[in-house]
Amino acid sequence: MWEQIRSNRIRSVILVIAMGMLLVLLGYFLGLYFFNSAIGGLVIALIVWIIMSLFGYFQGDNLMLTMSRARKIGRDDHPRLYNVVEEMKIASGLEKMPDIYIIDDTALNAFATGRDPNRASVAITSGLLQKLSRDELQGVIAHEISHIKNRDVLLMAMTSVLLGTIVILAWYGSRFLIFGSMGGARRRSSGGGGQAQIIILIVALVFMILAPIMAQIIYLAISRKREYLADASSALYTRYPEGLASALEKLGASTGQLKSANKATAPMYIVNPFRKKGLKFADLSSTHPPISERVRILRTMAGASFSNYDQAYRQVHQRGGSIIPATGLAAGSIPLVKTKPKKELDEPDEIQRARETSDLMWRLNNYKTNPCACGVKLRVPPGFREGSITCPRCGRKYPV
Amino acid sequence: MLALWIVLGIVGVLVIFFIATYNGLVRLRNQVKNAWAQIDVQLKRRYDLIPNLIETVKGYMKHERETLESVTNARNLAQQVASSGAGTRAKAESELSSALSRLLAVVENYPDLKANQNFLALQEELTSTENKISFSRQYYNDSVLRYNNKTQMFPSNFIASMTGFKADEFFEVTVASEREAPKVSFS
Repeated sequence: MWEQIRSNRIRSVILVIAMGMLLVLLGYFLGLYFFNSAIGGLVIALIVWIIMSLFGYFQGDNLMLTMSRARKIGRDDHPRLYNVVEEMKIASGLEKMPDIYIIDDTALNAFATGRDPNRASVAITSGLLQKLSRDELQGVIAHEISHIKNRDVLLMAMTSVLLGTIVILAWYGSRFLIFGSMGGARRRSSGGGGQAQIIILIVALVFMILAPIMAQIIYLAISRKREYLADASSALYTRYPEGLASALEKLGASTGQLKSANKATAPMYIVNPFRKKGLKFADLSSTHPPISERVRILRTMAGASFSNYDQAYRQVHQRGGSIIPATGLAAGSIPLVKTKPKKELDEPDEIQRARETSDLMWRLNNYKTNPCACGVKLRVPPGFREGSITCPRCGRKYPV
Repeated sequence: MLALWIVLGIVGVLVIFFIATYNGLVRLRNQVKNAWAQIDVQLKRRYDLIPNLIETVKGYMKHERETLESVTNARNLAQQVASSGAGTRAKAESELSSALSRLLAVVENYPDLKANQNFLALQEELTSTENKISFSRQYYNDSVLRYNNKTQMFPSNFIASMTGFKADEFFEVTVASEREAPKVSFS
């Protein structure tokens, strides 16, 4: 596990450096073209990047949670969810209990955020919460916790900031180039050195077009790799890959798109929030590996260790190339929990879970729930002024 | 002069290696300690839950006195050996686990009990505590494995034996009923 994190760091550093080089080159040529000085462009690129990084580092998790309209819950709001998160916290050896958030959305999704393991949050949509059984929930939460444990959250936040900076610079650069060329070209051509100007112009143009695309490809490559690693860690923590596999199947079968997600936050979720049914996203343009493939890998696993996951990955892909760095593979095979050790007695079924979750959502919105003796649940809105309410079914009156 | 520098360089490398290995050992040993503390927390939590559970089910289960008593006895026994080593403790705790699972199995026969909100909440807590115990045990055993590997493998084993790091004990589950194959009769 620890080796895993270390080699993650090395790889991440290499990829981030590659993206950083793109940013530097872009700044360099933009500066050369617009100000006739490379330093000016570099300084602007660096300033934009530093401001965005600082903001992303200190406010990224708040931003993510606010944008997705997530609500924080405690132990008493949903004991089962709280317990499952705590179980996975223990299994992963995380030191601090992450905060738990609920997103009021029928779409099925979940994400983890927080720059370091001591300041982490897990968020899950109410739709997913009512759809998953305990084992499945455990698999999903383990996947999210391993994002925290492997420091994926910070890596993804920082790389997406780099990507954002590159995109913004290229966008403004190209606008200036188009709209500024009429007035600016004369000024520059009178300065002399026409041949060099044209070469710089072409290089700058090429960079403006290519840099965002290349940065995007690197970014997506990192993102997909993280998903595989998190799946592998989830199997390792739960010793039960079937839980995550069947959860992913449920996630894949639904096509509800998350209303509060956008392109920038998409890679943070457990499955791509913009997926469409029937499309097999195996190409370079996807933030996530195809769900069917992730499920197949999990179901092929013969044990719970990273090397078992790697074997399964190669078996599914039929060609060489490991997904897990070699240093993480030393552990050998770890036996699976063949059948769950004990059948969870009387686990709530989907209808009960749906009731539970909708009760929770009403409560979070400050509605009071008043069960009537005839079986109707009376929901009292927060601003209700009347002294009593009448049950619409049986006519009993209740004081509020 | 050159020879002196080479000797100094080798000594320097050795010292750095020694420090790094020693710190690595300390970190792993602390991790094992933390993992053990986590198991402890969860086991204590289970001791606390059991009286509650017995209190709740007692009214419903008039005919299961033996089952209830075996749970209480197993709990008291486990609490008595709570300060001893991993081996003895694991044995007592797994007795308790199997007594509890016998109790939860007979709950099936009491539909009234299964409708009791209080009992449902307790059952969720108990299930989760069982899970937490097994996950903390899993993490503890992983930590012990890493720590033991480091104390026994070359070359860190020299430093480990020099500075007094000893291999630790695993927390194994050895329940008689779990090892025995279920008896099936075809009569």
